[in-house]
Parts: sequence; structure tokens; C-alpha cells
Amino acid sequence: MLTQHFPALLVVVPLLAAPLIVFVRRSLPSWLIALLATTITFGIAASLLAQTMSGGTISYAMGSWEAPLGIEYRIDVAGAFVAVIVAAMGLIVMPYSRVGIATEVRSEEHYLYYALMMLCLAGLLGILVTGDAFNLFVFLEVSSLATYVLIAMGRDRRALVAAYQYLLMGTIGATLYVIGVGLLYLETGTLNLADMATRLVEVGDSRGVLAALAFITVGISLKIALFPLHLWLPNAYAYAPSPVSAFLAATATKVSIYVLMRYFFTIFGATEVFDARATGAILLGLSLAAMFVPAVVAIFQHDMKRLLAYSSVSQIGYITLGISLDSVEGLMASAMHLFNHALTKGGLFLVLGGVVLRCGGAGFDRLAGLGQTMPVAAFAMVVGGLSLIGVPGTAGFISKWYLVSAAMHEGQWWLVGAVLASSLLAVIYVWRFVEVAYFRAPPADHPAPGEAPLSMFIPALAMIAGCVYFGIDATWSSEVAMRVAEVLMYNPGVGQ
Amino acid sequence: MTLASHFSYWVTVLLLMVGLFIVMTRENLIKKLIGLGIFQTAVYLLYIAPGKLIGGVAPIVGGQFAVYSNPLPHVLILTAIVVGVATLALGLALVVRIKEAYGTIDEDEILLMDARDDTSPEPEAKDG
Repeated sequence: MLTQHFPALLVVVPLLAAPLIVFVRRSLPSWLIALLATTITFGIAASLLAQTMSGGTISYAMGSWEAPLGIEYRIDVAGAFVAVIVAAMGLIVMPYSRVGIATEVRSEEHYLYYALMMLCLAGLLGILVTGDAFNLFVFLEVSSLATYVLIAMGRDRRALVAAYQYLLMGTIGATLYVIGVGLLYLETGTLNLADMATRLVEVGDSRGVLAALAFITVGISLKIALFPLHLWLPNAYAYAPSPVSAFLAATATKVSIYVLMRYFFTIFGATEVFDARATGAILLGLSLAAMFVPAVVAIFQHDMKRLLAYSSVSQIGYITLGISLDSVEGLMASAMHLFNHALTKGGLFLVLGGVVLRCGGAGFDRLAGLGQTMPVAAFAMVVGGLSLIGVPGTAGFISKWYLVSAAMHEGQWWLVGAVLASSLLAVIYVWRFVEVAYFRAPPADHPAPGEAPLSMFIPALAMIAGCVYFGIDATWSSEVAMRVAEVLMYNPGVGQ
Repeated sequence: MTLASHFSYWVTVLLLMVGLFIVMTRENLIKKLIGLGIFQTAVYLLYIAPGKLIGGVAPIVGGQFAVYSNPLPHVLILTAIVVGVATLALGLALVVRIKEAYGTIDEDEILLMDARDDTSPEPEAKDG
């Protein structure tokens, strides 16, 4: 049965599409291949989520080599949930890309753009599906290398510097992760994550394990862009082509957050990470700093893309805050916000891509009077902004609600105030857009554009509509998020 | 636990620090990549050294061989070397493009030019 091979196919389909696209070279056929591959990938991811929801963990022996000797692909609800987010984002960005990159990427490079998107998708999904610590590193680098090039494709020359800086920071992060894995391998003699979790219990508390925990946490935090390791993110998102910004904002950091959750709860175990030392307090402090400092920086930006990028760093703080609470409720809030923020920020970047196409830039001088020239896009941006703030009726509200109730459940009442205060900062930076779009006259040389082309507009509006839909009916998202939290918390990957 | 018994770890730590120091302190973009290369190379040593047993041979099944070295770290590091080479190649390619776009590979000068771009409304396109 083909269904049996879904965990491998999830990675293989986009991975094979990439070289195929490079052979084809022409823009239209490569787009069609990419579209087909993302559609299939999304189908597989959705089916895997359905399977894991009903049947628990799926284990797949790569090349029929049994774990722990062979490389095992292992996917449970948590991995499948993030995989669905990633694959869905790929599926939404692909139709958008056809027009979306027309002006932002040189036409002779279009096929490379599609090939790199496929590689990035394969890498990100590989991270989610693999059950092998070193394999995870390889996929991390596959997705990162593709990302560096995608960012460098941006029109502005500063995209090159942004990509270079990200390459330095990203490589240091990945190398720190490999050091951690090396130390774990020395301690346990295995690279299989489930096997490692079992053997770590036997090894107990040793200095090697502690060092490994530190290296992996810092390395992955660099990839998450956890404050203060976020310095690569604003420029990378701001100067990358619009579809790339949207795709990365919704997926890349989220996948890294998944890796961190996996290591904290499944492999090292919550007792080792949170009860034995002050990891929780440190993560809490950094999350709070992330909720405030980048949000304040966002207020002072003059470019909408940069503003959204800083807002991303700030929103990541909410997700890690949920992790730092070390409870099922906290993890569930994290998983919810992971999904809702991917939806919101992906949608905002997609809408903004259409605006950039028409207005020639995302600087506030170009966006002035957007409420008159592109009323629907401006309104969609405001709705997305409301979701960033967490206004009731939007997806952002739901996850903040769960976050606040998780904090109260832990007796941390003061965190409620912190979340509220940080949301007020979001009100200010969203208001800056409202002020520019609705209370300023359009610039004199404005080309009077009209709305973005439909192929860009429909995916963008669909995501913004999703923000509202999942803000009103959160039954599906909360149910899955609850399962994700339970799997991470209670099923330490040992045995079944 | 003497200094000598952990010789390979000391060298690893030294190389890691040297690499990271170069990445952080040099302004020349190529020198930064060299630092990054040293940083990554240190990890190869971290993996390979503990896998080697003194007197151990490659894992060949045969009567005359009794002590084997662990082959897995070598395989892993082979992969890591490939990743490292790819990263370095991409980094150097980016530096070539940066040199074409900015006319310099000095980080301070580039940041200065970017700061100037931020104040003027129309930044130069990178192709032009």
C-alpha cells in the first residue's frame, strides 16, 4: 500500500521535484511541477495528521532498516500538525508565486526560485518527520541553505547582506546543535531520538547531558530567533521577495520551535529540563523580553515589512512563554499560537506582497493613503493586525486566551498583565499602519493602482479569512492543539 | 582526568573559540567565512576523536582483528563536511555578489552604505 510510505513520500516528493524543475528550466512548467508537488505534499500531510489523530505514532523504517540501527521516520500528532501548517503554507504560496515573483525575481531565475522553494519545503518537512538526531541536522541545513538563497533573491542589494548575516548566524546555530547531538551520542551511543530518550533515563544526570542540553537549546534558539538571538530575522524578512517572507514567517521559525519542544519534553524530559534547573525561568525571562523589546522596536519602523518582521520576533515570545510554563495548558497555548500566528503573519505578508507589487515598496511613504487606493487590501491588513493584537473574533485572541488561562492555571497572575501590556504595544504598531493607510493622502506620484492581481489576492484573502474563521470557530484547532500538547507532555516517545 | 587524556577535547574547544572569535571580530566578509570554517571543523574533531580506539582497526569481520574503531562518527562527519562545503560555497558566492553590488567586502563600509540608503528614499538596485 502506498499509504504505508507516506512518511517518506512527504519528504521525497518535494525533494524530487526540485531537480526536475532545474532540468525543465522554463518558468511556466516549473511552476506547474511545483504546484503539483505542493498539492501532493499537502494531501500526504493532511492524511498523516488524520492517521496520527486516530491511530497514534507512525513509525517508518527508511529502506527497511529497523531502528535504532537504521534511520527511523517517526511522526505523531505534534509533528503532523506542524507538517500540515508547513505544507498548507506551501500550497497557498505556490499559486501566489507565479505573479508574486514576476517583478521581484529576475525572470531567468524563476525556475531556481521554484526549485529552492521545493528544497526548503522538503527540508522543513524532513525535520518534522525524522526520528534521527543527525538526520534532523541534515534537513535543517537543507532548508537553511535553500532559505539563504531565497532571501538573497530579493530585489534590493541589502537582501544579499541579510542573507549573508543569516548564513553566519544560521550556520553557527546548526553547528551548536550538532555539538549537542555529538555529546548526546557520546553519552548514549545512539542517534535515534526515541532510543536516546530511553537511554538518557539510564545515563541520568551527567555533565555531558547538561552540556548537550545547553548547546541544543542555544543552537535551536538561534533558528527560532528567540530574543536576543533574533538579529538575523528582521533584515531577512524585510528584503526577501514577498512570497518568501510569507512562507518563512509562517513556517521556518515554527518548525524550529517544534524541534525545541521535542528536545525539551520528549528527549530530555520535562523533569531534566525544567524541574532540575532554571531553564523555565530563563526561557520565561527571554520570552517576556521578546514580547516587549522587539514590539517597541516595531513601533519605530518606517517600513511595513520590517515592522511585521519585528512583530514576528515579539509573537515568538508568546509561543516560548507557553513552553516555559511547563504544563499541558501552556504547551497547548503554544501549539495554538504557533498555528494562529502562522496564519496571521503569513496572511499579512501575502497581502503586503500584493501592495508592494502595486505601490513599488513597503515603506510608509509608499503606503500612504492605501485605504483609498487599495481599500480591500488595506482592510485585510487591518484585520490581520487585529489578529496580531488579539482582538476577540480573530485567531490571535483565541491563542492569547489560552495562554492567559494557562498562566492563571499555574498561579502566575502577573503574566496576565504582561500579555495584556504587550498586546497594547501591538495596538500601537498596528495603529501606525492604520494611520498611514487611512489618514494620509496618497503620494503625488502614486500610480493609482487598484487591487492586486487575483492570483495573489485570493490566497492572501483566504488566509486573512482564516484568521477570522479560526477566531470564531476554534473547535478544530483547539482539539488538535490539545492532542499535540498531550503527546508532547505525556508520551515521551518511549515504546509506543 | 588529566590534561593529556582530554587532549582532543581541549583542541576542539580551542578551535571552536578561535573560529567564533574570528567570525565576531573580523570586518572582512571572507575572513568571517574562514572563521566559520574553523568553527565547523572543530566539530569534526569532537565526533571523530572519541570514535577512534588506539590499536583499533576499521570494522572488518575476520579472525585476526579484535579491536574495532567506531565507523559511525566518520560517516556522520562525511555528511557534515559536505554540508560545511556547501555552506562555505554559498557564503563565498554571496560575498562575490555583495562585492558586485557594493564594491567592497568590508562589513563596516557596507553597513555605512546601508544606513545612507535608509535615509535616501530610492536605494540602488543591485543589478544596476
